[in-house]
Amino acid sequence: MSNSSHGAQQSQTQAKLVLLGDMGAGKSSLVLRFVKGQFFEHQESTIGAAFMTQTVTVDDHVVKFEIWDTAGQERYHSLAPMYYRGAAAAIIVYDMQSQQSWQRAKSWVRELQRQGNANLVIALAGNKSDCKDMRKVSKEEAEAYAEEQKLSIFLETSAKSGECVNDLFYSIANKLPKQARATPQEGGRGGVVLDANAGQNRQKSQCC
Amino acid sequence: MDEEYDAIILGTGLKECLLAGVLSKEGYKILHLDRNAYYGAESASLNLKQLFEKFRPEEFSSAKGGENSSKESEKVFEEKLKEKYGRWQDWNIDMVPKMMMGNGLLVKLLVHTGVHNYVSFKASEGSYVFKQGKLFKVPATDKDALRSPLMGMFEKLRARSFFVFVQDYDETRVETHKGYDLRTMTSRQLYKEYGLADETIEFIGHALALYTDERYMDFPAIHMVKAVKLYEESLARFNTGSPYIYPLYGLGELPQGFARLSAVYGGTYMLNKPDAEVKWNEETGEAIGVSATMEDETVGAGEGEEKKGPQVVTAKAKHAIVGDPSYFPKHSVQVGSVARALCFLSHPIDNVENAHSVQIIIPASQVGRKNDVYVFGCSYMHNVCAKGRYVAFVSTNVETANPEQELASGLSLLGTIDEKFVHICPIMAPTTDGIKEKAIISRGYDATTHFESTVRDVLDMYRRVTGKQLDLSQIDANEAATE
Repeated sequence: MSNSSHGAQQSQTQAKLVLLGDMGAGKSSLVLRFVKGQFFEHQESTIGAAFMTQTVTVDDHVVKFEIWDTAGQERYHSLAPMYYRGAAAAIIVYDMQSQQSWQRAKSWVRELQRQGNANLVIALAGNKSDCKDMRKVSKEEAEAYAEEQKLSIFLETSAKSGECVNDLFYSIANKLPKQARATPQEGGRGGVVLDANAGQNRQKSQCC
Repeated sequence: MDEEYDAIILGTGLKECLLAGVLSKEGYKILHLDRNAYYGAESASLNLKQLFEKFRPEEFSSAKGGENSSKESEKVFEEKLKEKYGRWQDWNIDMVPKMMMGNGLLVKLLVHTGVHNYVSFKASEGSYVFKQGKLFKVPATDKDALRSPLMGMFEKLRARSFFVFVQDYDETRVETHKGYDLRTMTSRQLYKEYGLADETIEFIGHALALYTDERYMDFPAIHMVKAVKLYEESLARFNTGSPYIYPLYGLGELPQGFARLSAVYGGTYMLNKPDAEVKWNEETGEAIGVSATMEDETVGAGEGEEKKGPQVVTAKAKHAIVGDPSYFPKHSVQVGSVARALCFLSHPIDNVENAHSVQIIIPASQVGRKNDVYVFGCSYMHNVCAKGRYVAFVSTNVETANPEQELASGLSLLGTIDEKFVHICPIMAPTTDGIKEKAIISRGYDATTHFESTVRDVLDMYRRVTGKQLDLSQIDANEAATE
């Protein structure tokens, strides 16, 4: 991992990454494990965190992930289209100990495909692999499904033990288009950046 | 849903979402419902399918066919749309088109709440005013005034001194007041002091201060001066030649952004609740809760839990029920109507230097009306339509029994129109401040082309819910300090 800023020799991609999946599948836990290396047995629904960022380096290429959490809006099927806007990658998470969670994951895949973003890298993650004896969804079934739907990545992960969590994010970084992009949504003419320093570049009126 | 919240909010329009976001951030426990399956209510941006469903239901339903074959024929309809207009997902058409002043209240709230992180903006490219059948760039500063072909030489000099006065005016510094007390003096009197001609007054009042009619002339001049200052400061903020900015993917991103803010701070969101209804205490007249049918309360619960099936559930509100007037029919009245035409074009609007996004103001007196007509143009550059396409909105306050005719002066500026949807929206307003009833109701969206009145309504609703003021000037200072 690297914190280097826009280095001359390193190209950088900024990538919005969204997480989808049923309540309790472990979306927030996966992000927390990846970004902070932490795991809490009774993770509260995340309060007050809009998104987290984490930078990874793959072959001298820096990918800065901007990771969006559903903020609980998936619970009553009320995720806003804004959530998907400009996303470069999506991770669909299911709890391998729950058939319901697996069925919901498949409907999230359909929902994503309906958005019609052909360049989106979609990863499927069967979470909670630390207690495989409780498994209700077989690896073969999920693998076959991922292949059939042409999903880019399938992995079984454990946010608790950390198994395959970094692999998941690094695989995504690998699949992203290599060319460095500007902040995906602000490109083009007339883009403006809002900040608190209102009117800083205000011109004083001058007599001519 | 079957529990108590601090406030329950109905309708996911911009005002309701703004309030939800601000309240959640302050620790209020919020439940937010909408009868529609999409965010934004009256202020939504609709995709092409939603647009046809709303305005041409007959085309939409005939294409969709019967219940059985609905999936199949929906595909057929999508294909039909695609052939004509490109991908339906690429369209985000505002129901209430407005521009944002770059230094306005809404931008302040966006930055204060951090919602500017969820939405991207681009500047609008031009601001024009209609005079004697022609379009002119709106001059806003002393230097612009000297260059503008809108005015003759002597008028330019007079306008220039007026602009210098406004630019330098600072409410807190008496030496900038030039001996005028703008709290008692009217705009009419101030214009007279500067000897401005009627045409100059017209564009200052309508194209800079953005008043929709002439009533402001006899109100204290301070309001007009502040409005012109806001225009100038917005113009200077981004140096793009226009004071306006506009979100990528349309204004509908704003309610979504504030709803996300609310959710991030624990707000609960439920769309698609067509039977959501306020429950009243018949004796006291107070709003006490909201009922709605829940499909399946066990969604998200553990495996093996029994599904209960649909059932009507009531949630209670401790402080207030908040919402747009459509959820409070007995406490709202119609106060006017706005006529809007949504037009699809394959070219930029004529005579605006091929600007992709533009605002044109047609002052009422230029076309023999009482209310101004507004034209707002936008394009695929703002991701509101498929590549190569343009959209234009014409709107005005309705004055006659033939509102579509009232839009004619605006429509005639557009050039060839590929598709046109006209709709007349009643503007509803609450009949009570709602404090006694614990029912805080927003006003409908007026015809103004910007959000200053929208945010002011939200600030007032905030006061009615919480009993305190949300001081934006304070906010701005705090933000700057923490940066």
